[in-house]
Amino acid sequence: MSGLSQQAPPTGDDRSSPVAPAHAGRRASAERMEAGHRSASMQVKVSRGLVRGLPLLWLALFFLVPFAVTLKISFSSPATAQPPYLPVLEWDGGLEGWREFFEALDFQNYQMIAADALYRDAALSSLGYAALATAILVLIGTPTAYAMARASARWQPILVALVIVPFWTSFLIRVYAWIAILKPEGLLNAALMKLGLIAAPLPILDSPFGVLIGLTYAYLPFMVLPLYAVMSRLDPALTEAAADLGAARARAFFTITLPLSLPGLAAGALLCFIPMVGEFIIPDLLGGSETLMLGRVLWSEFFSNRDWPLASAVAVLLLILVVGPVVLFREAELRREEAAEGGGR
Amino acid sequence: MHASTSHPEQRLRLERVTKRFGTHTAVDAVSLDLAGGEFFCLLGPSGCGKSTLLRMVAGFETPDSGAIRLDQTDLTALPPHRRPVNMMFQSYALFPHMSVAANLAYGLKGLGLSRVQSAERVRALLRLVRLEGFEARRPEKLSGGQRQRVALARALAREPRLLLLDEPLGALDRALREETQGELRAIQRRLGTSFVVVTHDAEEAMALADRIGVMERGRLVQVGPARELYERPASRYVAGLLGDVNLIDGRLGRPEPGGIRSVETALGFLRASGEGEAGNPVVVAIRPERLVVSGEGAGLQGRLTEATFLGDRIRYRVEMANGSTLRASAALPAAGPVPSVGETVAVAVPADAARILPA
Repeated sequence: MSGLSQQAPPTGDDRSSPVAPAHAGRRASAERMEAGHRSASMQVKVSRGLVRGLPLLWLALFFLVPFAVTLKISFSSPATAQPPYLPVLEWDGGLEGWREFFEALDFQNYQMIAADALYRDAALSSLGYAALATAILVLIGTPTAYAMARASARWQPILVALVIVPFWTSFLIRVYAWIAILKPEGLLNAALMKLGLIAAPLPILDSPFGVLIGLTYAYLPFMVLPLYAVMSRLDPALTEAAADLGAARARAFFTITLPLSLPGLAAGALLCFIPMVGEFIIPDLLGGSETLMLGRVLWSEFFSNRDWPLASAVAVLLLILVVGPVVLFREAELRREEAAEGGGR
Repeated sequence: MHASTSHPEQRLRLERVTKRFGTHTAVDAVSLDLAGGEFFCLLGPSGCGKSTLLRMVAGFETPDSGAIRLDQTDLTALPPHRRPVNMMFQSYALFPHMSVAANLAYGLKGLGLSRVQSAERVRALLRLVRLEGFEARRPEKLSGGQRQRVALARALAREPRLLLLDEPLGALDRALREETQGELRAIQRRLGTSFVVVTHDAEEAMALADRIGVMERGRLVQVGPARELYERPASRYVAGLLGDVNLIDGRLGRPEPGGIRSVETALGFLRASGEGEAGNPVVVAIRPERLVVSGEGAGLQGRLTEATFLGDRIRYRVEMANGSTLRASAALPAAGPVPSVGETVAVAVPADAARILPA
């Protein structure tokens, strides 16, 4: 603190400073003002550039660069070294170094994945779990969101808050809590046995069923919220008009509410499906050792086998698997918009 | 005039229908008897309960007490999709993901029509509202007036015994509104279906309806043909709702022969028609066009402060001796002088045009 105050000029600006002559102070302040003008217009340009550039910079820094690194590692070979793969680019190797570097890259990891049924099975089973859980989420989430959207204006914010509240607790802890519910001597089995529905505890934990319960539980808000957002904005007069025209509740729902909620349904399904394909924590905690999902394969390649190149190749494949649905969705969306445009004549 | 005998199945009866929202009574013991084939208008400002009443007839709200009957059928407990009543919504509520034809055909399902019959009905509806050729359009590709006509046609598709219309012309601009009023009347006459329209626009109500029911804070305060309500309003509220009116406070004098009463007001004694107990405070209501303003002659003395030329008539403002202002309007005389601003004028109040209302 004392060092700082020694270096800093005395308080007050140079004009009032007894050391500097008055005219020098004026010139200095004029220069400052001019500089201020220049910097103001610069600032506008810079801030405009920032608004446009920042998201791109963010994407480049935290998505593209790591992805490039992952992609590069996926073409490398494992090695007992630090880092555990080869080749490593030597920055001072010159052109020759670059050539050697690129020559050392190959598709071996991908060939290995293609040859080994384990990865194919893990990918298929991941897609299967994600698809099944998404279907369950649609079946549970749609009536939930519909009920929320039809609740009175006083209740709606409370219901939305209730959907969001679980996010205030760590994801890991919430999934962990399910072990206590699903284990053989857990809450669910105890309740079922008390009710006399089952004689012996069901092996729900460490089974595909446990994984599905976990996935459904964890991702339900991501299904409900986009659906609710769309449904709550629908004009209530639309369903009233349907009822007025002789449609019972069910017909009004399936012919009016549901078709008009499809954008929310699609958004929710994608929002759940994509992360579920690569989900690691839920199958690891609730699925036991038998459950095969890409997220777990990736984890064990990376941490247990320390085969970074192979793990990276799995990660790249996972990305392709989950980007696929997004691209398909975008295409369908575009086609639908075109159809709507064309339908109007 | 009302075709009550020809359409008994369209006779709507409300019996002391009441609806409360919390502590607020939206509709307060409304009883009403509508003849079949009638064009009826519920008139009142927003929040007077007219829309709630309409929604109870449609089935979207349940009355807390009272009954709604259509001829012999008690509608009160029927859900909306089982009522032989259709509604045209203020927002039109057209299904945005369906074509015009699909919107019109939506209500035909479950009526037991064959595919050919349905298509024929849709074509007939399109003809009725002059929208042939628009069947494949989506609602968003239609103009406001076209949407209004699709909404009307869709509400008529099931051939309802009673059609409810919630501010049917509210979303249209002025010019289109007048044209559509005529169309709506013509369609109602042609079909013979009872129409019940809700509106806050008195001029629209008068242009459309056989009878008007005026609502004030949940109550139905007066029912009658437009002219009757205009000339013989039951209260200052009804008088003010149906057009411009001069209201003069006073005290009622003794009955005189001929049904004309004398009222003591700040402007002097006025002769007016109406009932009441002598000595009671009352209001004398008189329409501007019934006041006679002249340069000289009998009447209340005042000073002309404003004369506005409106083409087909002149609007006057006359300042009276006590500082109050009377508004008068008169057809332009073919010839002769018109009183000019600043002059002293006489305002004659015809006894048959001055109505005595409760204060």
